[in-house]
Amino acid sequence: MTHVDAPSGKDIATAMPPGGRRARPRSARGLTRRQRLSRWDVRLSPYLYVSPFFLLFLVVGMFPLCYTAYVSVFDWGLLSGKGEFVGLDNYRDALGNPTFVKAFVNTISIFLLSSGPQILMALVLAALLDTQLRGRTLWRMSILLPFVVAPVAVAIIFGSVYGDEYGLVNETLGRIGLGPIDWHTDRFASHVAIASMVNWRWTGYNALIFLAAMQAVPRDLYESAAIDGAGRVRQFVSVTIPMIKPTLIFVIITSTIGGLQIFAEPRIFDDITTTREGGPDHQWTTMTMLIYNTGWGRGRDLGQASAVAWLLFLIIVVFALANYFAVRRFARGVGR
Amino acid sequence: MQHTTRLTGLGRLRRAGRPRRLLALGAAGVLSLGVLSACGNEDAKSADDPAEVVEISVATFNEFGYEALIDEWNADNPDIQVTQKKVGTWDEAKENLYTKLAANSGLSDIEAIEGDAMPAILAESDAFVDLTDPELDGRWLDFKAEGATNADGQMIGYATDAGPEGICYRADLFQKAGLPTDRAEVAELMTTWDDYFALGEQFIAKVPKTAWYDSTGGIAQAMLNQVEHPFEEADGTINVENAELQALYATVTGNIAKGLSTTNAQWSDDWTAAFQHDGFATMPCPGWMLGVVEGNAEGIVGWDLADVFPGGGGNWGGSYLVVPKQSEHPEEAQKVAAWLTAPEQQVKAFEAKGTFPSQVDALDEPALLGTSNAFFNDAPTGEILSNRAKAIAVQPFKGPKYSDVLQAFQNALLRVDDGSNTPDKSWETFLSDVAALS
Repeated sequence: MTHVDAPSGKDIATAMPPGGRRARPRSARGLTRRQRLSRWDVRLSPYLYVSPFFLLFLVVGMFPLCYTAYVSVFDWGLLSGKGEFVGLDNYRDALGNPTFVKAFVNTISIFLLSSGPQILMALVLAALLDTQLRGRTLWRMSILLPFVVAPVAVAIIFGSVYGDEYGLVNETLGRIGLGPIDWHTDRFASHVAIASMVNWRWTGYNALIFLAAMQAVPRDLYESAAIDGAGRVRQFVSVTIPMIKPTLIFVIITSTIGGLQIFAEPRIFDDITTTREGGPDHQWTTMTMLIYNTGWGRGRDLGQASAVAWLLFLIIVVFALANYFAVRRFARGVGR
Repeated sequence: MQHTTRLTGLGRLRRAGRPRRLLALGAAGVLSLGVLSACGNEDAKSADDPAEVVEISVATFNEFGYEALIDEWNADNPDIQVTQKKVGTWDEAKENLYTKLAANSGLSDIEAIEGDAMPAILAESDAFVDLTDPELDGRWLDFKAEGATNADGQMIGYATDAGPEGICYRADLFQKAGLPTDRAEVAELMTTWDDYFALGEQFIAKVPKTAWYDSTGGIAQAMLNQVEHPFEEADGTINVENAELQALYATVTGNIAKGLSTTNAQWSDDWTAAFQHDGFATMPCPGWMLGVVEGNAEGIVGWDLADVFPGGGGNWGGSYLVVPKQSEHPEEAQKVAAWLTAPEQQVKAFEAKGTFPSQVDALDEPALLGTSNAFFNDAPTGEILSNRAKAIAVQPFKGPKYSDVLQAFQNALLRVDDGSNTPDKSWETFLSDVAALS
């Protein structure tokens, strides 16, 4: 298998003549103004070309982030507006709120129940679609269908599936003699129900991204692996997974960020409380729902909502970094 | 080997070519359709109305019975065209209202406000147009007019309906339990809450699969509306640890254990489904609820309305129309709101969806008194609800925090309904929720 490996970047660098680097500054001294301008042009214009993204990011990304931090240290009502400076009081109140701990645990639980199975299913689906199927385009397009359906519509359909008394699942369970599951009372059951909605929506989307990466894997790698006697599973583990590592990291990080910000599904899953705050006992309130409930619910306290938002931001950063390092080690280990 | 890879790569490309072209064609089609329809709209606008047409939007929740009225207005007033935006429940409307008040844009020209939340709206009077109009003095029942007037004497909202309550019941299920089915006889059996609950225990002993009433929250709200100071003292300070509220809480949570309540959350999917599954036999019915029952229980025969309410009369809900200052056409909006809340129009809304008028002149209208409802076994709903309105003795004090405390209280009941909390534990959480409000 080694013969297909391209020479790495390091090899090329060391192959260059040693005098090459030193020769450049000598010629720079004798430049005309026009030549210098042109060099500046070459050096600077790339940054100019990428700047629109960063300028836009400053406006719609950085500014809200900083402004939220600013709001979070004030007494700030939804209608009353900015009040007194209170320092870190909002953070203390947020952390002292028993609902915060509940929301944190719920978020992690729903995240694990959704992102984990979702990525595994997406990988398997992508691997299946990466074969010589009849009507591949049809299959590939149809796994994206759930993604096109609005989350609100998904939640309404799943709402009647997971009804406590007259829902599809519980009526079916009743037919075969099993007891009903309290989807809207039992904490874990509610998380499973919500995770299934999230997975239904996102699995196909992630599978398509994996599929794209898998198609870029050179086919001759598989041929050599086959000659070396590797079966389908071994090929998948030893060739596909290491080759799509960057995509794997990308999908895991984006789904971590998305998974920790789940909002629409749990909110609409709550047809119990009229305020849709995640169950009367906050059985499935997530962090983003807590932000909304604090800022726009009964309290109408934007200051504390901003504090919760910042805490959520920090949590996401920690999780994304942890995932990044974990996946890098995992994929490297598999590659060997 | 490299050769073969490249070839398969090309082959894949070529095979993918046709669907992609189709896709591109489809996308182009959709795009051009969008562009065309956008042009179409503009053309239609400029052709139809050379003189400018003012568009007024009315945001409502539940059933206001405005559909036919708005058609009537639009036909008579080509220069002011009204459209209605409906959402399912008041709580959805409330969230939308507060968010857009804070953003200072995006509200409709006319917003409907649930009666319980009107004190909170009065506290934000600055954001709403003063609708005071001497010509309209005396149009509404005193308590409705007072409920819409702020401390400075400005009338912020025009009252739509009131919510005098009767008891809706399933005569067919009553018969199954061996209870009387005639509405006059039924009325005699439930003049107090104790009688009503006792009758319920009798009922569920005979028909065990059906609960006595629709939801704990609904009964609690009906009872709350007979308490003079449910959540707040006369000066507006919150006091939820009063004996009356605690007794009420003990009664309704005790009924859960007895099996009188469905334990479904009011307005939930299960609650709606229970109408079709013989889930319960009775429920408190303010006028506006009649339309809700009829919609949810479509196809079910046996509903009736008894001219009685346990513990005397009770008013549940009844709404207001307000005009936010955000509106670009406040004058026209006020005109439309005044027209919609005029006695003649409210009587028509009552005929459509059972929203009982809060306008003095409407109460004696023969059209109102003569109204009967075929779905409720031809019950004379107009006459019954007029009687119920006269029986109302207590108007509870509702301060600016009433609506928020009520939500927390309903959640407390739901935690007992679903069995996740004991009544005591849930009450503790309620107290801390209320403490977090101020």
